[in-house]
Amino acid sequence: MSSDVAPRQRVKSTGLHIGDAVPGVAKVDPILIADSVTRSFGGLKAVDVEHLEIPRNAITALIGPNGAGKTTLFNLLTGFDKPDHGTWTFEGRSLAGVPAFKVAQRGQVRTFQLTKSLGLLTVLENMKLGAKGQRGENFWAGLFPHVWRKQEDAFEVKAIELLTRFKLDTKKDDFAASLSGGQRKLLEMARALMSDPTLVMLDEPMAGVNPALTQSLLEHILDLKDQGMTVLFVEHDMHMVRHIADWVVVMAEGRVVAEGPPHVVMKDPAVVDAYLGAHQDVDLGVVTGRYAGELTGEASELASEIQGLDHSPDPAGKEQTT
Amino acid sequence: MDWLQILSNTASSIIGPATIGYALAAIGLAVHFGFAGLLNMGIAAYMAIGAYSYAISILTFGLPWWAGILVAMGGSVVFSLILGIPTLRLRGDYLAIVTIAAAEIVRLLFLTTTFDKYTGSADGLSGYHSSFRDANPIPPGTYGFGPWTYNETGWWVRIVGLVILALAVLIVYVSMRSPWGRVLRGIREDEDAVRALGKNVFSYKLQALVLGGVFGSLGGVVYAMPSNVNPGVYGTSLTFFVWTALLLGGAATVFGPLLGALIYWGVMTLLSNILPALVTSGILPFMSTTQAQTLRFILVGVSLMLLVIYRPQGILGNKKELTFVK
Repeated sequence: MSSDVAPRQRVKSTGLHIGDAVPGVAKVDPILIADSVTRSFGGLKAVDVEHLEIPRNAITALIGPNGAGKTTLFNLLTGFDKPDHGTWTFEGRSLAGVPAFKVAQRGQVRTFQLTKSLGLLTVLENMKLGAKGQRGENFWAGLFPHVWRKQEDAFEVKAIELLTRFKLDTKKDDFAASLSGGQRKLLEMARALMSDPTLVMLDEPMAGVNPALTQSLLEHILDLKDQGMTVLFVEHDMHMVRHIADWVVVMAEGRVVAEGPPHVVMKDPAVVDAYLGAHQDVDLGVVTGRYAGELTGEASELASEIQGLDHSPDPAGKEQTT
Repeated sequence: MDWLQILSNTASSIIGPATIGYALAAIGLAVHFGFAGLLNMGIAAYMAIGAYSYAISILTFGLPWWAGILVAMGGSVVFSLILGIPTLRLRGDYLAIVTIAAAEIVRLLFLTTTFDKYTGSADGLSGYHSSFRDANPIPPGTYGFGPWTYNETGWWVRIVGLVILALAVLIVYVSMRSPWGRVLRGIREDEDAVRALGKNVFSYKLQALVLGGVFGSLGGVVYAMPSNVNPGVYGTSLTFFVWTALLLGGAATVFGPLLGALIYWGVMTLLSNILPALVTSGILPFMSTTQAQTLRFILVGVSLMLLVIYRPQGILGNKKELTFVK
């Protein structure tokens, strides 16, 4: 199993902010800056963000209870929904009122909470659709294959490279509809990467994905940062947030209530009360000994439980491993 | 019963202008529905616009027949823009409602006596053939063999129709294999996903509506070319006949609409010959010959239902696609 191989330890980005880590703190190098963005549905103010900056080339997690407005904020920032008012800039250029497809063309791509794989297109077609600046996507040019054939071949090479990285290359000729839920998540992420984005926005990338796949998805997300991309993601899995996020933004009732480095924010009593609950301090990474950390009383209790599980007899499994 | 005559009529219908017209309209509908997922329930309006544009530009404006075809294509583009710009931002189902209403508006505009001078209102239009027939390079006489024997005019109409049809098939075949077609099929599956990949979904949907609409109007032209323009033809039932032809052959295929139109007209001709013959020879004693003519439309309705339930991908559709129908 993969547990024999220790995951590559990566250094978290620090020193991202200027001054105290309060909601709306300025960042050293922000890629996305939002100002007084509000959106209400009837009487309900779903999003009311006064000021928010997303640091460049870092992994930022957006967390908060259900109905906190995380997905709505995502939709607003990507042009899928229109705010009541507010402005936001991406790499210094205003994005307010810019339609979704242009937002994506500028390098800010997103995935969806409910996966949107294009079922009756093959996996490879899904991937190729993600590429930017395709000559053959013009109707007239499309009628003359020699105009776009060469570019298409280049996209295919790139697509297969990405599919191999995401372990979907064997499925390339299958309909996307025949993939499992987790594989579709992978496909959607890989497809988003076809456009060489600068900011990748992932809406609950881990929802409904089995643990083994979660591990590889985590690696993929960390890889994105290594390749110079910025990642903003919504997630409820706190262990994932703790391990991969460089910065955490907490939303509740439409507002940003806290932000900061993960280990600081998650100890914030307000955040613990409002969202995390009291037992979130138990870090599975520490419990299993894969990450250095202080073992609290609670954690060591859990650790001994896990030890017990490890020693349970499983002859069939042992035979297979030898 | 004269079986030979019945079969001969049926065989003849295979390359009839009506079949070619339906095939063109069905290809247009395949672009709309099969590839781009646009639920167009007003294909009859496109055919009406094609037929009327062709006839009016010849009769009223004295244009040659080929210019009439260009006007018909232009008319359908304008109609697509009027129809598409306000509705294509809405969800798919709205387009179905709007197109069915728009088709009725178009039909009633052609039917009203207000424009009698141009449209002939309820009488329709006829007598626009001279320009087309003058251009006929075939010397007078009858040609062909067996059931496919026509005079020079009959062949001229069929040749022009088949050339237009071949061009339409070629364009759809090539464009649906291009990245442009891939975007359309992506939009059919989930337009938000395609939008998130940086494609201007609205523009693509409009382009699809225009392209399919041009084929629909050309279908109307070919349908009206040898005979006359009758406003009664372009009702909602025409839309459903074309839909039947499309679904029969396979909505998301290039050759399906062709095969569908062919089978549709083959079966319709067969039934319209066989049923009255059955009545007169006493095999169907409980109905009159008029009722027998109506029976075939009932059978069309029933077969449309059976098709959608048991073989939604059509004859030429991919069986694999059916497995994952939402």
